[in-house]
Amino acid sequence: MCGIVGLFTKTPKHRPELGRLTALMLHEMRDRGPDSAGFAIYDEGVAGQTRVTVLAEYTTPDWDVIGKDLAITLGAEVEVRPIRDHAVFVTNGDGRAARQWLIDEVAELDVLSYGRQIELFKSVGDPDLVAVNYDLAGRSGTHAIAHTRMATESAVTTNGSHPFATGADTCLVHNGSLSNHNQLRERLMAAGESFQTENDTEVAAGYLSWRLREGDDIELALKNALVDLDGFYTFAIGIENGFAILRDPIACKPAVVAETDDWVAMSSEYRAIAQLPGVNDAQVWEPDPGRIYTWSLDDLTAGEAASATSATTGPVGGTR
Amino acid sequence: MSKTKAAKPPPLPGPVSHTFDLSETTLREMNHALHQAESGTFAVVNPRGAHAVAAGIFTDIDVVVNGSVGYYCAGMHQHGRVRVEGNASTGLAENIMSGEVRISGNATMSAGATGCGGLVVVEGNAGARCGISMKGVDIVVGGNVGHMSAFMAQAGNLVVLGDADHDLGDSIYEAELFVRGTVASLGSDCVEKPIEAEHRDVLERLLTAAGLGGRPEQFRRFGSARTLYNFAVDDIDAEVAGTSRNRSKNTKTKKKASAKQRGQSATKKRTTKKQSSQESSSKKSTTEKRSTKQPKNTKKGAKQ
Repeated sequence: MCGIVGLFTKTPKHRPELGRLTALMLHEMRDRGPDSAGFAIYDEGVAGQTRVTVLAEYTTPDWDVIGKDLAITLGAEVEVRPIRDHAVFVTNGDGRAARQWLIDEVAELDVLSYGRQIELFKSVGDPDLVAVNYDLAGRSGTHAIAHTRMATESAVTTNGSHPFATGADTCLVHNGSLSNHNQLRERLMAAGESFQTENDTEVAAGYLSWRLREGDDIELALKNALVDLDGFYTFAIGIENGFAILRDPIACKPAVVAETDDWVAMSSEYRAIAQLPGVNDAQVWEPDPGRIYTWSLDDLTAGEAASATSATTGPVGGTR
Repeated sequence: MSKTKAAKPPPLPGPVSHTFDLSETTLREMNHALHQAESGTFAVVNPRGAHAVAAGIFTDIDVVVNGSVGYYCAGMHQHGRVRVEGNASTGLAENIMSGEVRISGNATMSAGATGCGGLVVVEGNAGARCGISMKGVDIVVGGNVGHMSAFMAQAGNLVVLGDADHDLGDSIYEAELFVRGTVASLGSDCVEKPIEAEHRDVLERLLTAAGLGGRPEQFRRFGSARTLYNFAVDDIDAEVAGTSRNRSKNTKTKKKASAKQRGQSATKKRTTKKQSSQESSSKKSTTEKRSTKQPKNTKKGAKQ
């Protein structure tokens, strides 16, 4: 089943409490996915600095030693911030190289995300506990996506939990299942993407990273995804300065979006959105099947339309 | 599409006997109390997207919900009236038997699914598969309906004042579909049919009951071409090849065709189906009496 939520702030008003609001939304989605949960939270970041979030699911590594080795490899400064079984490496070096080195050289680690803005945490267990363990409520930021998992086709492991991220500041959560992920994974590996699990959603994340690296913008990448991904999906996608939603053309998996002047929220069910401040004045609609919705802070700061810059027109199209 | 409509909400049907505040009362307590009531008007506030709000009502009571509800609102509804000032999620009034369920905003997927009677009014838009497997319910949608609405519909009326998205009435058995706006495409075995006096009467009645405007002459009518009622043995290969959408009884004469010929006949089928739908329209006056016979289930079962 799974539950997904996404919250994107259009103005600074709710940024200090972004984590708290996301935790409220995640709590409402517990019933849809009680076995594991995860969240990715984006802030404005620091210019020239990359953060790499890693997970040591089965061991307790010596984070300082790994940090020092990474610094030598990158020829750059590395700071380590451990949090339970996760750690965030902060570096002024090459983030993609850091990710690859950590995957290749430190067998006990899984790299969950890297980028200038993103940090990503996930774990098995009660979603509320996951939120508490990684201090979701205490975090601030510009946008966040989160997931509660009810595993149906693979084991309940942290590795199989969402969100998945393979490219810089790109991650997604997924409700559904992809049927052509094995074939697509091979194609993507041939194109230089690396994967750490057998999970279908990781392939979707890898696909987007690949398209973005190939020069697509997020809208074009998702347009291509509509052609190349086969299966059922409702995606909430976080990117640098932006947020996107995509549903497959059959749209079996639920989604609802609400938008105010201050925020855009998306969830599997309205009750998650009902927790947000100002929801009574929000525009609420069901995203159309096969239609790409994106919001970008860049557009907002550039003074473009204050509402959604949907790939086609505004979101006020209808429940179709 | 705004969930808040400019129009003032209609007056309450009577003095409010009790107000349930779902931020204080549990859903189970409220639904239990509603099931005990035999008359009166009940208000519900702070639903905050809760599922199964006012589900299983079976007496002649009025329930007015102020705010948006989650899944299966007013499911299995009988006799009474439920009005929601807000939006509804999946499965609004699922399996409604009688009475009325009305929503001022939009409904997402599968509104009025499997309903056997009563009236469902969605004043805004309804999402995908509105009226899926409807079995006698009347549904009036003020705005648009999503794709595959009235999928496998069996009886009842779906009235759409706006547009219908792709595959309207796919694999429809019976039921009458009326659309005022455009239809993106019709589903398998769904065809346009002429509107006769009896259909205008039905429309008049439903449009009046819904109170959302519209005149019967503005609507087009769609229904079943009834070519899927019986299994056509010649289609067995087409079935395997996954081209079941174009099957037609008209291919009965092409028994024992070679594989190659069958491939050709598949192309012919499309033309014959078009012709047959025109024929069925013109022959309408003799064949159009609303059929009460139960469709045989052979092929439809296989489709599910």
